[in-house]
Amino acid sequence: MTWQVADVVGVVAETPHVKTIMFDVPGWPGHRAGQHVDVRLTADDGYQAERSYSIASAPDGTRVELTVVRIGDGEVSPYLTGQLRPGDQIELRGPVGGYFVWEPPLGGPLLVAGGSGVAPLMAMIRLRAAAGSDVETRLLLSSRGWDDIIYRDELQRLNGNGLTVVHTLTASQPPGWTGYARRVDTDMLAEVGPGPAERPRVYVCGPTPFVEAVAEALVHLGHQPQHIKTERFGPMGS
Amino acid sequence: MPPIISRGFRGRRGDAPPGRVPPGQYVTRDFPVLSAGPTPHTPLDRWSFTITGEVDEAHRWTWAEFRALPAEEISADIHCVTKWSKLDTVWQGVGLDTLLDGIETSAEYTVAFSDGGYTTNVPLADLTGGKAWVAFSYGGEPLEPQHGGPARMLVPHLYFWKSAKWVRGLRLTAVDEPGFWETNGYHNYGNPWREQRYWGD
Repeated sequence: MTWQVADVVGVVAETPHVKTIMFDVPGWPGHRAGQHVDVRLTADDGYQAERSYSIASAPDGTRVELTVVRIGDGEVSPYLTGQLRPGDQIELRGPVGGYFVWEPPLGGPLLVAGGSGVAPLMAMIRLRAAAGSDVETRLLLSSRGWDDIIYRDELQRLNGNGLTVVHTLTASQPPGWTGYARRVDTDMLAEVGPGPAERPRVYVCGPTPFVEAVAEALVHLGHQPQHIKTERFGPMGS
Repeated sequence: MPPIISRGFRGRRGDAPPGRVPPGQYVTRDFPVLSAGPTPHTPLDRWSFTITGEVDEAHRWTWAEFRALPAEEISADIHCVTKWSKLDTVWQGVGLDTLLDGIETSAEYTVAFSDGGYTTNVPLADLTGGKAWVAFSYGGEPLEPQHGGPARMLVPHLYFWKSAKWVRGLRLTAVDEPGFWETNGYHNYGNPWREQRYWGD
């Protein structure tokens, strides 16, 4: 798979620590919702670093959007979120992955995300909206606080027409918050539904401990393991 | 096409001895997890390891029989296709040479199969000659379920998706049968030194 030149056409701050970088990739072959790309940076002495990022945008011509969390001591993310400006170019290759994907007319999915794990799920939600689909879709999104919710306004706009967006805020809640205020657990998943009897296709994406806990809870509720697709990032933690 | 220079990008240098890290990889001290679905939990009294396929008869070991086989300590660098490499990891496991000892086969390929339905294909020649193990311990502790416990393949010279977690056996095949990731966009062989990540690499 060859490296392609990607032109930065926009940079949007999603939260204080997260930016979406919009690229135009001439010759982009198109992608499916849920796939990822590899990004490569090259220093002026030839040193290179590569990372993988999920595509957050729905298939749309040569447009590719990546949502990147700035990792304080990271090697690549501080550059992507701090230095890139419209007019810059980087290299990427993709799309990659044929498993963690969803598109109409597949049955309505249950989407569960922790933090920036929402990125590939957002590609699915945006594709669903762009296709005019009203298929029953639920997104349970766990964020630390109100200001940490990635795509908050857009999710609010898209809510309805068969899409139900449920937030849980694990670290801090705004005054008057009546929604969930704890980590995703079995009870929460049972309330958000749909239950295993409806055999939803389940997509879980987030940090490894989050995905482990959610997948375990879903199996406990009776969802078939083979209907639960997961994408994890980072270490298991303590 | 010459690479695009990213003005002002320095990167992190010097965190890896030269020659130890394949192209496009970075060294991590963590142990990240990559799995396509929920983590299976198979009790040891229901665990077995089976070699089947192009053999006269299937060979099967219970957990106790498997653990009674001679084990080796392995120190290896591992390389995940998601870009991280981890150096000097220490495992204990049973060599595939030990498990395949005395098994007659005309097969040239294998498919490792796991709890949860995962499969991955590896040429038989890549599993023999001291290059592959069924590992049951990592860092001196029993292998945790998230990392593939109770036992996983360890084939450190290939990208780590070839080291099937929760492995339950090996099917020896006459023809090469691409496994789970190999049918989902990932390279059929997966040599990290040639950066064989994806189809067409």
